[in-house]
Amino acid sequence: MDIRVQNLRKEFSRYPALNDVSLAIKSGELIALLGPSGSGKTTLLRLIAGLERPTDGHIFFGDEDASGKSVQERNVGFVFQSYALFRHMNVLENVAFGLKVRPRDTRPPGSEIRRRALELLDLVQLSGLDRRFPQQLSGGQRQRVALARALAIEPRVLLLDEPFGALDAQVRKELRKWLREIHDRTGHTTVFVTHDQEEALELADRLVVMSQGKIEQVGSPDSVYDTPDNPFVFGFIGESSALPVEVDNGELWVGGRAIGLTAPDMPRGHAQLFFRPHDVELVPEGAAIAGVVAASRRVGGTRRVELEIGGAAQRVEIDLPFDHPAGEKTRIAFKPKRYRLYPAAG
Amino acid sequence: MARFEQDVAVYDSRRPDEPPDAHSRPTSEPAWVKWTLIGIAVLFLAALLLLPLLTVFTQALSKGIGTFLAAFTDPAGAAAIRLTLLVTAIAVPLNLVFGVCAAWAIAKYEFWGKSFLTTLIDIPFSVSPVISGMIYVILFGANSVLYPYLHDAHLQIVFAVPGIVLATIFVTFPFVARELIPLMQDQGTAEEEAALSLGANGWQTFWRVTLPNIRWGLLYGVLLCNARAMGEFGAVSVISGHIRGKTNTMPLHIELLFDSYNFAGAFAMASLLALLALVTLVAKTLLELRYGDELAATRRH
Repeated sequence: MDIRVQNLRKEFSRYPALNDVSLAIKSGELIALLGPSGSGKTTLLRLIAGLERPTDGHIFFGDEDASGKSVQERNVGFVFQSYALFRHMNVLENVAFGLKVRPRDTRPPGSEIRRRALELLDLVQLSGLDRRFPQQLSGGQRQRVALARALAIEPRVLLLDEPFGALDAQVRKELRKWLREIHDRTGHTTVFVTHDQEEALELADRLVVMSQGKIEQVGSPDSVYDTPDNPFVFGFIGESSALPVEVDNGELWVGGRAIGLTAPDMPRGHAQLFFRPHDVELVPEGAAIAGVVAASRRVGGTRRVELEIGGAAQRVEIDLPFDHPAGEKTRIAFKPKRYRLYPAAG
Repeated sequence: MARFEQDVAVYDSRRPDEPPDAHSRPTSEPAWVKWTLIGIAVLFLAALLLLPLLTVFTQALSKGIGTFLAAFTDPAGAAAIRLTLLVTAIAVPLNLVFGVCAAWAIAKYEFWGKSFLTTLIDIPFSVSPVISGMIYVILFGANSVLYPYLHDAHLQIVFAVPGIVLATIFVTFPFVARELIPLMQDQGTAEEEAALSLGANGWQTFWRVTLPNIRWGLLYGVLLCNARAMGEFGAVSVISGHIRGKTNTMPLHIELLFDSYNFAGAFAMASLLALLALVTLVAKTLLELRYGDELAATRRH
């Protein structure tokens, strides 16, 4: 099911939570809404589900305008952040709920409902736990019950709100892989909300990066990571370092020194240079960014050092091999292998 | 939600069980403190609760079983029992509905004047029952503005059953709502939203999700409401007019017998009232035993 969101706006007591958002989601796609808290990503998800009414704008399911439809009419599978399992029902009853409440003429017979619920429990690898109550399950198991329950109604689209938010790192990784498998097997159009960029990059076909009620960038994980459209996206996705630079004559300057990087298309003036700390090469002194080590710490297999550039208060972070001899006050020169330039704000 | 995992993390099956007295927790007291406190509590309960209860039953039976039973077969006594049951049968279901509605509105919605409504619900708790009774006398009595209309419609409220029912509803109103509001607030609206997203309509959501989630709180509220409705004295006393055999409820009848030095009769009636309360208590305990697992599961949240 294609989903199209058109000029969507949502205000909560005059405060805009979502500002003129448009987005097209392709059928069968696994898409992540990624952003810091307060960016409007959950609001967008709830608007698509019909749990909130838009202040303005339209939502299309295929060619049908669903904006005015209730959550029941939209037939979406929604997995809540805290799972919202029915605590007085056992696992099987939870999964069967969506089928049991159907009007008589579309409701399958009891034995069929049971068969389908058990089948779904098998799909989410919870066979044998059908008589348990939600309180008797671990977080990861609850998560899977919630997913089975949402799938039971054969939804047109699957919406997940921070699906792995409440789980510990280990379970989170396993479930991530497993969700991808389920998605590939069932082929549902799936939208999930997350603030964890690693999760989004690993899991999604496409990312929607949001901030302050607006979409900053939409694209594949590769394109969002490698060619961020603006400083926010660069800073939010992956590790980043930023340095204010001057552009003159197609060259970049820091504190009156050319740093050996070119920007043929940039007009003369101030700009922000963005690069990834791990994507640098150390060079001998010369036309490069140079600074003294101000602090260093071990990050995984590398050493991350903070460099003070040009004696000014500007600091950037770069990664060094962990056996690099640099200590406090060592002077280091480097060049980013890949970088992006954004005109300075204002 | 995360509590379950934490429990698992703390529990380690390989660790041998500790002998009960092997070490003392920082929060536990020496044995003599513990037993002194328990002793005081038990003595206090025995003196103030059990002893009076025993007295009621011994006094009731002091003149033999014949006199005891006569108190209930006496026309005025039988009428008092019938009236109390009637009033309770009207007031409790109404307050059940009102209470659920009020709690629902307060717990699940945001609206202007919500805190004022919450305060209103507490009024019957803070106002003396005698005053509640007087309010209805002033509102519907012979000198009120409403009286001519009521008289024309042949509606007798004060010194009649409708007045007693009204006063009882007023006094017992907060029990159900007060019990449900914190419970429903705590549960939030996530499960309702989940039910709606799965295609359930509003009615199905209420019956299959909301109501089962609050049933224990609701039952508890209803039991309290029921006990109070049967035992209410002050408000009913003012509005009933004490018409023997007509507007005397059980508590009023007990007072009447007591004042006329018919102690055996008074205590016989009192023992019946106490028995009704005990039955309520036993019913509650039995339900807790029967559905103990589910109850514990609900409480864990």
